[in-house]
Amino acid sequence: MATNREPEFNPQLAAFARSAITRRTALGGLAAVAATGFLAACGTPGKAPTASAGASKTPLSAPDLSDTEKVVNWSNWPQYIDVNDKGKRPTLDAFIKESGIKVKYNEDYNDNDEFFAKVRPLLEAGKDTGRDVWCSTDWMVARLKRLGYIQPLDKANIPNAANLATSLTNVEFDPGRAFSLPWQSGFAGIAYNPKSTGGKAVTTIDQLLHDATLKGKVTLLTEMRDTVGLILMEQGKRLDNFTAEDFAAALQVLSDAKDAGQIKGFTGNDYTKPLASGDTAACVAWTGDVVQLRLDNPSLGFVLPEKGFTLWSDNFVIPAMAQHKKNAEKVINYYYDPKVMAEVAAYVNYIAPVQGVKEVLTKSDPSMANNDLIFPSDATLAKSQVFRGLTAEEETTFTRQFQALVTG
Amino acid sequence: MALVVPGVRPVKRRAVRRWGTFTPLILLAPAMLWLTVFFVVPTFSLASQSLQTGDIDNGFVLTWHFQTYAEALGRYWPQFLRSLIYAGSATVITLLVGYPLAWFIAHRSGRFKTMLLVLVIAPFFTNFLIRTLAWQIILTDTGPVTGFFRATGLIHVLQWLGLVTSDALLYSPFAVISGLAYNFLPFMVLPLYTSLERLDLRYLDAAGDLYANGWNTFWKVIWPLSLPGVVSGTLLTFIPAAGDYINSKLLGNTQTVMIGQVIDAQFLRVLDYPTAAALSFILMATIIVMVGLYVRAAGTEELV
Repeated sequence: MATNREPEFNPQLAAFARSAITRRTALGGLAAVAATGFLAACGTPGKAPTASAGASKTPLSAPDLSDTEKVVNWSNWPQYIDVNDKGKRPTLDAFIKESGIKVKYNEDYNDNDEFFAKVRPLLEAGKDTGRDVWCSTDWMVARLKRLGYIQPLDKANIPNAANLATSLTNVEFDPGRAFSLPWQSGFAGIAYNPKSTGGKAVTTIDQLLHDATLKGKVTLLTEMRDTVGLILMEQGKRLDNFTAEDFAAALQVLSDAKDAGQIKGFTGNDYTKPLASGDTAACVAWTGDVVQLRLDNPSLGFVLPEKGFTLWSDNFVIPAMAQHKKNAEKVINYYYDPKVMAEVAAYVNYIAPVQGVKEVLTKSDPSMANNDLIFPSDATLAKSQVFRGLTAEEETTFTRQFQALVTG
Repeated sequence: MALVVPGVRPVKRRAVRRWGTFTPLILLAPAMLWLTVFFVVPTFSLASQSLQTGDIDNGFVLTWHFQTYAEALGRYWPQFLRSLIYAGSATVITLLVGYPLAWFIAHRSGRFKTMLLVLVIAPFFTNFLIRTLAWQIILTDTGPVTGFFRATGLIHVLQWLGLVTSDALLYSPFAVISGLAYNFLPFMVLPLYTSLERLDLRYLDAAGDLYANGWNTFWKVIWPLSLPGVVSGTLLTFIPAAGDYINSKLLGNTQTVMIGQVIDAQFLRVLDYPTAAALSFILMATIIVMVGLYVRAAGTEELV
């Protein structure tokens, strides 16, 4: 601006500046004292800082407004429900029409960790999250339950819960399914693009992590249980009883492969695009995604490793302080009708946890009913394993080690 | 301003006296309130968090655990260093690209000036994420850009520089730095433009009259006069680029992780809030020190 402003010396101003500095210094000292008090006040005591860490805490419940407010807020993962050509959601619309309950369906659950980070402050403060039901992966259900952030389901409102597939009725993290009911299940296996592997199939985790032709073109999942789980099984361990040493050994394998430049990156759902384009040659992938990708690109390969693969579920849970619990339970009950779930399964291509869905689809879409990735045979299911529940300490340590590697 | 001082001064004095000493305070109040609510308070809460210990099950308690800082720095100094190098490289690139562009828009674009300025900010009409994802397509393995680099052998130059590890451009330091430079280019061009646009072209004639050649005219006349734009442009580019985590996440590989990604993971995935807060603080302190040294070297006058 003004190119020629020479500050002229002004003795008064200089004196004022000096006094201001001393005053500022004094104020600074005061501020420091005040800051110390403020810093000390910033701790978050948690819900019950008692010695009984790890033991489940009692969830808070709010008065149920279901009868007066005919709404329910449902948060779910993107592209995880049937959508028709017009962009409508047929099964959801049918429910709204039939029950008169307006479902506010939000696809704002992109990632277990991110979603948890979003709702945790509210749940910790004992406040309503603005959501009545959402779908969390098994281990997240375990964590939410441990922290007392989800409420038991009232099965009287969910008579269709009897249709739950028998293999899923008794899970380690939620015996008897008191707090959760599966929405969809799936496997994590190996997907590859023959265009980039030179036509070669990738069949084992060992090959994925060491085959030189795949160097720098492999992605793994940021979902620790799938990535590390697959390596643990490759090493002959079982996911229901591995030890901390086993976990560390698996991470070492991962770390070596990473240092060798084999691994391009760790991804969430976003592995699909590079896989389809060939920028990724091979990756750890989820069944439903691959079934959908193959519709456009039938040459894509998908292998469930012989040594075992992870089986996971995303489960309906009702958070503490939910305002419309009964309405949420009615939604769950509706989707546990095999006819309704069959429509969802036909669209999302994951494993439906409801008995009778296969029978419905055998009539309408036999090719789908015969797909082993959507309706796995007993032989396939026998090779799948579920990552065991972790204690709070294990969860912290393992996640820290894994993330140190991912962001190393 | 300087020109009107003699006549206006008495009026101004009276005005100041009538409104008392509170007028400047009242005028400053909105900005101060804003800074207090959105900067000072969060900074203290972050400082507190960085000195706490605990976990999500039992809550976090302030224990003045300063070791967190040492541990965080000990474990993640490579990512810090990398962030500074990447951000620095991106800043240099935006300066090299942005300077001629800003000069052209300011003095050579004629009636297209407005349109060109709109074009500079046009990428901002698209979402940040989409813009970055577009680079995945630009640099894809089968794309023309990669093809060009391979055909001309430029890929070997990049390999020699360590900017790519294989014969692919995507998922490499090269891709991350390119993405950063692209995303922050407007922050460099706009201040440079403002600076250069004010430059009186008669200085160039004067330099010519004094037998300055092209280089001397640039280096002794244009460059010093454009320094305010250069300083604010580099700051506006470097500071956000150093903390960026989207570019390295989408365009990089496991060896290009920047500190923003580490903070993201610590906050959202590990739920180790103290480490995340300590890392944020170290990043903030590093940037403040670097900016302080830079501004001191370049002269605070140039910031105006």
